[in-house]
Amino acid sequence: MPPDYWQTLRLTLALAACTTALLLVLGLPLAYALAYGRSRFKPLAEAVVSLPLVLPPTVIGFYLLVAFSDSSALGRFLIEKLGVSLNFTFPGILVGSLVYSLPFMVQPLQAGFGQVPRSLREAAYTLGKSRSTTLWRVLLPNMRPALLNGLVLTFAHTLGEFGVVLMIGGSLPGTTRVASIAIYDEVQSLHYAQANAYALTLLGVAFVILVALYWFTKRDAARLS
Amino acid sequence: MLDFHLLKALHTAAGPRTLDVRLTLAPGELLAISGPSGAGKTTLLRLLAGLDRPDGGFIQAENQAWYRAESRQWLPPQQRSLGFVFQDYALFPNMTVRENLAFAAAGQPQAERNISDLLASLELTELAERRPAVLSGGQQQRVALARALARRPRLLLLDEPLSALDLPTRLRLQQVLADVHRQFELTTILISHDPAEITRLADRVLELELGQVRCVGPPVATAAPARVLGRVVAGLPGGRLLVQLPGGTKVEVSGTAGVGEEIALTIGVASTL
Repeated sequence: MPPDYWQTLRLTLALAACTTALLLVLGLPLAYALAYGRSRFKPLAEAVVSLPLVLPPTVIGFYLLVAFSDSSALGRFLIEKLGVSLNFTFPGILVGSLVYSLPFMVQPLQAGFGQVPRSLREAAYTLGKSRSTTLWRVLLPNMRPALLNGLVLTFAHTLGEFGVVLMIGGSLPGTTRVASIAIYDEVQSLHYAQANAYALTLLGVAFVILVALYWFTKRDAARLS
Repeated sequence: MLDFHLLKALHTAAGPRTLDVRLTLAPGELLAISGPSGAGKTTLLRLLAGLDRPDGGFIQAENQAWYRAESRQWLPPQQRSLGFVFQDYALFPNMTVRENLAFAAAGQPQAERNISDLLASLELTELAERRPAVLSGGQQQRVALARALARRPRLLLLDEPLSALDLPTRLRLQQVLADVHRQFELTTILISHDPAEITRLADRVLELELGQVRCVGPPVATAAPARVLGRVVAGLPGGRLLVQLPGGTKVEVSGTAGVGEEIALTIGVASTL
């Protein structure tokens, strides 16, 4: 077992959990707007949301690193006015993870909103229900598989992120060194057994999460039909 | 009670057209809308419900303006007192029958009692704890109707509510509709393709074609069954007979009679199914 195995694991899970929770809050309104909005700029917004899917993580990490540093206006504002320095900190890699995993939350939710028949939404409106009541009582309960999908994929994807965290956070044990980076470090130092401990853990966790997802989805489908 | 003039661009198979309907409904009237698909029937209903925005005109419901193009007034569907029954029923799959009604009636005075009354009068009491997915089409339609009534609307809009049902169920639900319309003193607009249904239920019919009103008026009763005499000209296999009618037309019927015998036949007008 590597010396800071539990510390690294705790940090990895904390990052994934925080990212998932925050992305749920941010992703829901965004997915709602993308699913039902009729703005001319929708394709633009969809492209921005999907960019992290196709960009190398190092590109995202590089621009965030620059943006958070005192060489950019945003970074100077954060550091001088708010006293927040994001590079090489946990909040910094959290922001990076939010950007990196955004499509994994927004896309399933957007698809879920799209799959709820329009007449259900309209029926709620003709029954005098506001948009928010309709969202909570009609839309979300009828898109539970999509919700679960978004949550699980975001969590699992954040567990496996490497490039963004490395660029913004480096490898500070207990602060920014997540499991995927620890594997890289251990291999660099030729500690194959310790790298294997992390790798095996990530493999196991990812597998269990996906099995649980598909099992719940199957059960849910059986229950509603 | 309901006075409207609605204009809306339509995209029909015959190219772009304009829906243009001007009508006044008396309180308690039941109006049927019929016409070929693409005529704008559903669009008209959706405009009245506030689910789509008209391009021009007005909607006045009792003393309340629901829409007025010149003053840019437009009331969202939430604020219009109406019940809408969708063609696909649109029941909430995550709620039981009772929960569907309770969701609709939330905030109404005496909601509990109203729901029980509605369940009873639409014969849904025994199905109250079931979810929509396990109900038959006719049962789902009754739930949809009960749910639309749970908010105590003055106006009921029905988009082909019975078209997906088999004939016996449909006949029974026509009676339910007629009863509900009377009992709740509703003004009702019903889209229907079935002449028999229209004759049975409607005070007036509005015929739409490519967005234009072709005619409005009382429904024309379907012809009463006629009796004619015919002569059996031959016996056919399977217990069927070939009968010659007075005009010379020959028809096949089932029955027993000797060749040359004269028999009475009833000729009915089949309703469109």
